[in-house]
Amino acid sequence: MTWEAIGWYVIGAFGLFIFLSITVMFLTWIERKFLARIQQRMGPMRVGPHGTLQPIADVIKLITKEDILPSWTDKPIYWLAPLAIFIPAIAIWVTIPFSETLVLQNLDLGLLYIAAISVLSVLGLVMAGWGSANKYSMLGGLRAVGQLISYEIPFIMAILGVAILSQSLSLIDIVNDQSAIANIIVQPLGFLIFLAAGLAELGRTPFDIHHAESEVVGGPFVEYSGAHWAIIQLAEYVNTFAIAALIAILFLGGWSWPSMPFTGITNDFLSLVWFLIKIYAVILLIFWIRGTFPRLRIDQLMSFGWKVLVPVSFINIVFTAIIRFYNLHWSILTVISLISIGIIFYLIYKTPQKSRKKDSIRIISAKDAVNNPPKNYGDINVR
Amino acid sequence: MKISENINESGSTVDMLINMGPQHPSTHGVFRLVLQLDGELIVDAEPHIGYLHRGSEKLCETESYSQVVTLFDRLDYVANLNSELAYCMAVEKLLELQIPDRAWYIRTILCELNRISSHMLFYGVYGLDVGAMTPVLYGFRERERIQSLFEQVTGARMMHNYIRIGGVKEDTPPEFNENLHAVVLELEKAIEECDELLTQNEAFLARTKNISCLTIEDAIDFGVTGPILRSTGLVEDVRISEPYGIYDRFDFGIPIGSTGDCWDRYYIRMQEMRESLSIIKQAIKQMEPGEVQAKMRRIVRPPKGECFVRTESPRGDLGVFLVSDGSQNPYRVKVRAPSFANLQAIKHMLEGVYVADAVVILGSLDIVLGEVDR
Repeated sequence: MTWEAIGWYVIGAFGLFIFLSITVMFLTWIERKFLARIQQRMGPMRVGPHGTLQPIADVIKLITKEDILPSWTDKPIYWLAPLAIFIPAIAIWVTIPFSETLVLQNLDLGLLYIAAISVLSVLGLVMAGWGSANKYSMLGGLRAVGQLISYEIPFIMAILGVAILSQSLSLIDIVNDQSAIANIIVQPLGFLIFLAAGLAELGRTPFDIHHAESEVVGGPFVEYSGAHWAIIQLAEYVNTFAIAALIAILFLGGWSWPSMPFTGITNDFLSLVWFLIKIYAVILLIFWIRGTFPRLRIDQLMSFGWKVLVPVSFINIVFTAIIRFYNLHWSILTVISLISIGIIFYLIYKTPQKSRKKDSIRIISAKDAVNNPPKNYGDINVR
Repeated sequence: MKISENINESGSTVDMLINMGPQHPSTHGVFRLVLQLDGELIVDAEPHIGYLHRGSEKLCETESYSQVVTLFDRLDYVANLNSELAYCMAVEKLLELQIPDRAWYIRTILCELNRISSHMLFYGVYGLDVGAMTPVLYGFRERERIQSLFEQVTGARMMHNYIRIGGVKEDTPPEFNENLHAVVLELEKAIEECDELLTQNEAFLARTKNISCLTIEDAIDFGVTGPILRSTGLVEDVRISEPYGIYDRFDFGIPIGSTGDCWDRYYIRMQEMRESLSIIKQAIKQMEPGEVQAKMRRIVRPPKGECFVRTESPRGDLGVFLVSDGSQNPYRVKVRAPSFANLQAIKHMLEGVYVADAVVILGSLDIVLGEVDR
């Protein structure tokens, strides 16, 4: 490798880092504004027009804050944990392409690399949970591990489904393969599995179990403050952006679907814009879910992961492989996927609560209650 | 203590003691719960109260009868008017006062509005407890409307001091009826909206259905009252079992649950808001102009004696036991606070559930620490 090439890599990595930091800063602004719309309030309004400069104010505040080190902490682990969360979050981006040429290093095993690296950030969560020497952090860190083992298999299986369809693990190949028809149409089931597993990976509602504010008060990050906390938050949003980009690449056809009737530089530019629009649409979907859903319990997530997502993702892979092996038309897979989705939703709708209707509550008119006192007064044996 | 010291040499683990509160976001005030955890499961729970103890009952003995009303405002600070009403009814019972009709209508309308605002707060924070962040803003929006209405009538948003011995402080302002109509219309819509947002949500059902089912026997043994008692299937509401004021003039329903789980407790409160609205609408129709204060001496001196009154506050059966020795100050005021009684069941409810459920169960009790500690 020449010095020139190394120089370009360094410049590219630096540029990517700057781009991600700035994008993610404003992602917080988008999230706050979007949630504010859902919740009938204004969101940030004071710093800059419509609060657009709020993220900058936040960053300045966080960096200048005192970094508190609680006593009893396991110091090396405590200080290294934010880095262990942050580095994998950035490292994923090495191989995520923005267009055919705009990528730091396209890897032939890109998907494998992403699946491998994205798991590492959980190590950081456990380190933070342990190092803080706080029982809430500890619970949060352990919850993160419990979460990991239940979503990781469906996450990789959903990726494999896409890899089988396009016969490649390189992200650029996968996008180019979708120029005719996007994977979300061929594999709606895979898309839903990936979305659910991705939300669990991000730790976002309804799977924000490891840092649940109302239960473990922020989980592994309870004790962090100042710049370290800022880094952890930055990593969370970088991950959100990464999962959204992956969904756009793997299922929404990236920049190539539907293909545009332009050529040359116009085409490049418009494809990039088109790709970013898709990413932000997915991000808004994630925020929307955050605005409307309560949080699941850890055992519910695990049973959802093992009893629903894992079997379903195997079904997805098997049918994808069959279709691919016999070279059948893709619409057969669509139909199978949609039927499976229908069955799953019906089962989820039916199972958990027998009396899901509001009929477990009945209303007794006060006049009736006065005239005929309820019988169960006499039946009760008060101990 | 380091966490690592908790592990035995043999490799077996010991239970972890974890302190939930007094500074914990979902203990609804300064309430402390010591949980003994085996992993995520709760083995034992030990509630500690008293962080908000202000000695209200003792303070009552140093104030004159009409000054005590302000202390009752600060007991249940979410439903202040209901607290005031219980005390004033106790003094009126000792005095054997006849309260003018209009005063009772104003009291009933305001208390039922306060019940709605209290349940709206419950709705919001219960959403937060299960991890949904939107309901709290919807709940507070409605509470805000009711509080602005209270401000027009009583002059204060929270600490009203409006219900007085012998009636209410003053008649409603001229624009009250119009504003009340507007608020009732808005609330009708808002309750439906809130209902749609949370009640049938799949994750919400999963978190609350069949969690901490309470049987009728247990509920009675613990002295649980209010929505939690009704969720077990028992028809018990002071407004119908011992009607006070003018509640016998209205036709309203009592929502009754069947399983006594968290979802029933939640949905009973949603239904109670609808029933409260229907009471308010009937009261508006029946209300006529007239006196709002009974004829009585300015300095209240009830005859020697004692009395106990029960009212239905949003949290349950709020009772006041009052002893008079014939002087200007009460000799003894004992408050039977529903939150305090309901909280007794928490140890029983928390056995063998997950940590995440502890928050949901505590939220479903809807305690107000001002009332628990007094």
